[in-house]
Amino acid sequence: MKSRFSRRSAFILAGIALAAGFVWVMARSGPLAPLRVTVTQVARADLAPALFGIGVVEARRSYLVGPTSAGRVRRVAVDVGETVSAGQLLAEMDPVDLDQRLSATGAAAARAAKAIDTAAAQLSDSVARREVAAANARRYDDLGRKGFVSSSVTEGKSQELKSASAQVTAAEAALAGARQDLARLDAEREGARQQRANLRLLAPADGVVTARDAEPGSTVVAGQAVLRLVAADSLWVRLRLDQQRSAGLQVGLSAEIVLRSRPGQVLAGKVARIEMLSDSVTEERIAQVSFDELPKDVSIGEMSEITLRLPGIRQALVVPSAALRQRDGKTGVWVHAGDKLRFVAVKPGSSGADGKVQILEGLKEGDGVIVHSEREIGEQSRIRVVSVLAAS
Amino acid sequence: MISLAGRDILHSWGKFVLTGIGLGLLIGATLTMAGVYRGMVDDAQVLLTNSGADIWVVQKDTQGPYAEASNIRDDVYRSVLGLPGVAQAANVTYLTMQVLHGARESRSMVVGFEPGQPGEPTYLVAGRRLLRGHYEAIADVKAGFRLGERIRIRRHDYEVVGLTQRTVSSGGDPMVFIPLKDAQEAQFLKDNDAIITDRARTAANPALNRPGVPGLLDAVNAAQTVNRSVNAVLVKVGAGSTAETVAQEIRRWKHLQAYTRVQMEEILVAKLIATSAKQIGMFLAILTVVSAAIVAFIIYTMTLGKIREIAVLKLIGTRNSSIAGMILQQALGLGLIGFVVGKISATLWAPAFPKYVLLESGDALRAFIVVMLVCTLASTLAIRAALKVDPAEAIGG
Repeated sequence: MKSRFSRRSAFILAGIALAAGFVWVMARSGPLAPLRVTVTQVARADLAPALFGIGVVEARRSYLVGPTSAGRVRRVAVDVGETVSAGQLLAEMDPVDLDQRLSATGAAAARAAKAIDTAAAQLSDSVARREVAAANARRYDDLGRKGFVSSSVTEGKSQELKSASAQVTAAEAALAGARQDLARLDAEREGARQQRANLRLLAPADGVVTARDAEPGSTVVAGQAVLRLVAADSLWVRLRLDQQRSAGLQVGLSAEIVLRSRPGQVLAGKVARIEMLSDSVTEERIAQVSFDELPKDVSIGEMSEITLRLPGIRQALVVPSAALRQRDGKTGVWVHAGDKLRFVAVKPGSSGADGKVQILEGLKEGDGVIVHSEREIGEQSRIRVVSVLAAS
Repeated sequence: MISLAGRDILHSWGKFVLTGIGLGLLIGATLTMAGVYRGMVDDAQVLLTNSGADIWVVQKDTQGPYAEASNIRDDVYRSVLGLPGVAQAANVTYLTMQVLHGARESRSMVVGFEPGQPGEPTYLVAGRRLLRGHYEAIADVKAGFRLGERIRIRRHDYEVVGLTQRTVSSGGDPMVFIPLKDAQEAQFLKDNDAIITDRARTAANPALNRPGVPGLLDAVNAAQTVNRSVNAVLVKVGAGSTAETVAQEIRRWKHLQAYTRVQMEEILVAKLIATSAKQIGMFLAILTVVSAAIVAFIIYTMTLGKIREIAVLKLIGTRNSSIAGMILQQALGLGLIGFVVGKISATLWAPAFPKYVLLESGDALRAFIVVMLVCTLASTLAIRAALKVDPAEAIGG
């Protein structure tokens, strides 16, 4: 009898255990199981909004050095990475026949100088002839008046004087012409010399050579770069910010720059310029951020991450950003009051760097809002509040 | 009145319970198989629900973005936004790839989305939403990432700032959500070696590298590295319009393919997972038949084992209905224990499966009815055998 009793009780116990397990399983899963959520109170806190974008290191001033007319490169004096100073010879173009033309115009000028001498001598010769002719004319005029010579002789001498005067005028003109010829040839020579100097490519400013695009012997067209220079002290970062998250961008904001080459190091900077044109294709705003102190060995074209600190908001009403939900086209939060769940539409403001969002309208301090949830929430959801949902 | 069945069960209750548990594990396996099938369908459903879209706009003549590859320009959404009835339209990219974290990698579907637009994860289980426009990620818990962990997608590192749950691709891969611009780059940017060899190839082409046109080569190279494509545009329909009319408008005037939720479900469930679903369905059918056969045999052999006792009962004049009732009650009891054990075990081991296993209450109810029916049917076999027994066997054997 006793053994039967213990058998029966063991059997009943097993049955109860099974039933309990079944109830537990049904309660834990399926439609009867409550939805686990975490809840927080709406509170006032200081909000530190920030903007984040990526940028590329660029030089504020960069120069393309090349010839003004097509030609062949004769010599390149510097290489990539060299520091050059303003006025330094960087490269030279092939002058072809320019040197010969220079010496030809030089010789022509020398000849013109000699031509001046000839003209001057001819002038003094004709002046001397005129003086003799004038004396003769005067003498024969006197004799003619006294009747010693015939009037035809007198007229002949007077005509000789006029010819001599005309020859002087001609000689003066020839001299002036020779002088102008010399001036023209001098100017021509100066022009050729300047053309020659123009083939020497000089550094327009102090800088560092970043590219050597043509080697000696290669032909370049007018305006094509032989060398590229940048002013090494003018590096800044061209920052691209998503238009959607660019409100508050202004000149002078302090920036934290992290270069891709040194991810652990935060460099200080400032927004130096904001471009009025934003990129309509990528939907980004563009701004330039300058370094407070230029880091050594920074490379142009390097990627960087930039965080801009906006002025903080004191004692704003905030909720975690995870609490914001979309429902029927409205942004809002689930408010947990008593045992009821209610969707409240809110007007979110700026968001802080710590994931908090300012609430401008719709909530008051102390409201309990649902932050994390296992599934989508509805008004009828049965919930169970826990402190943490997933391992974090 | 003495319960014959109860007496008999108590007589050898250990054997009875153990048989029930064994049967239960078999039923559990069957239930799990049904759950695997339901899970597959549910994966496809949550994929659509999580995207939060009413219409999927994809490349013309494709069934993208999940079932086929689809590429459209990323400014298409602007012209879609201009159509009547469209409340929201947002670009989205999907790319299934291996995501590196530490030395391990996990297979994930990387989703590029725009914050506050359809495509964004609707709820989080930990962490926060994306704040920055670059290099932050929200991951499904199944991916195994932790908050604050840095994961690598192509050439950039991303910080995991939020975790979500049940956001999976139709293949059950966990999703990793990153900003759209980063995702576009991850999807379309080639690796460095490919870029360099491409540049060399372009430079070797005399048509693209003419000596008299400086800058042409740079322009061609720049044009080649830019890719402004996305996989789909997700559209939310405004109040007062139906998804179908807006989708028709898009198909007709924008020369793109547009699918409504119903059509998308059709593509995913009927086309994408059709073969694997049929595979599982076939297996489920076989498993159900096998389970039913085993239940029937167990009850039958249990009865045959007691054939001598039944003969004695008959000899002392027990009514046939009492004997039939005893066998039926035992069979139903066995079925009940089996069902409960099966349900419990299936629920316990379901979370351990790598893919989602959805145990539906409706399935459980159906399984219960089937188990009870099979037990009843099996007991009729046993009852027939018991009633045919000759009482003389009790003495003669």
